[in-house]
Amino acid sequence: MSARIGVVTFPGSLDDADAARAVTIAGGEAVSLWHGDDDVKNVDAVVLPGGFSYGDYLRCGAIARFAPVMGTIIDAAHRGMPVFGICNGFQILCETHLLPGALTRNDHLHFVCRDQKLRIENTASDWTRDFTPGQEIVIPLKNGEGGYVADEDTLDCLEGDGRVIARYLDVNPNGSRRDIAGITNERGNVVGLMPHPEHAVESLTGPSTDGLIFFASVLSSLMAGAGR
Amino acid sequence: MARVIVDVMLKPEILDPQGRAVQGALGRLGLSGVADVRQGKKFVIELEGDLDDARRATLDELAGELLSNPVIENYTMMVLDDEAGV
Repeated sequence: MSARIGVVTFPGSLDDADAARAVTIAGGEAVSLWHGDDDVKNVDAVVLPGGFSYGDYLRCGAIARFAPVMGTIIDAAHRGMPVFGICNGFQILCETHLLPGALTRNDHLHFVCRDQKLRIENTASDWTRDFTPGQEIVIPLKNGEGGYVADEDTLDCLEGDGRVIARYLDVNPNGSRRDIAGITNERGNVVGLMPHPEHAVESLTGPSTDGLIFFASVLSSLMAGAGR
Repeated sequence: MARVIVDVMLKPEILDPQGRAVQGALGRLGLSGVADVRQGKKFVIELEGDLDDARRATLDELAGELLSNPVIENYTMMVLDDEAGV
């Protein structure tokens, strides 16, 4: 039986359908979850997709963080369930403090949309284990508030513990500190990434199919950890 | 009736590209000597009845949890009665 991967839809989510499609192409069973429902339908992992939840009012992800479904997801994440926040999902994970730091306005103030080269720097997390160490990938990036910030101690700690999962290569598109594109928590089950792997799962529409590896990774993790 | 003002500002060490853009515009529009601009948010909250200690504590907590993100922002809270105006 394939793993059940939940994809949450908030008011203003944009990429929930693509995230569900990526899960299916990777071989998982995509399960739609609703922001207002605290039942996560016995899923094995959750994707918080990109978009503009609650119109980005107040701060990106600040209101979504308090949605009923998030209470259940936060508890499950603390117990080790894999959770992957993409773009707005990354912002939500920072607002919940499951991940340290915050995402702020791009330093050049422009919305950026480009195919972005990244280097995968952590292949131990639940969402990156199928990559090879140092693998370079190209996936779309699209954000207005993607500048990753944290205090120097937190940044040093992330680097020291190998919790930077991906770094921007060639161009830093948004002013992120130390070119950080994605990070994980200490346990490696919660991952946030600003670029969009779910848009790079088919050669017809994506710049590559590199994005699929994130979704394949969590299926491998769940398989490896079956019964844990 | 009580009125509470919550001001939220980015912490000094956090880059504020919007403030920097406004600083540039002020200069271009004829204001000389603009050393710095920081852009923040102001919340004007009107409450029914008096603000007792319990509600004040709840509001203070929510100002630090919802209205601001302590990772990047500081807030200040000021309570006015309605005659005082804003």
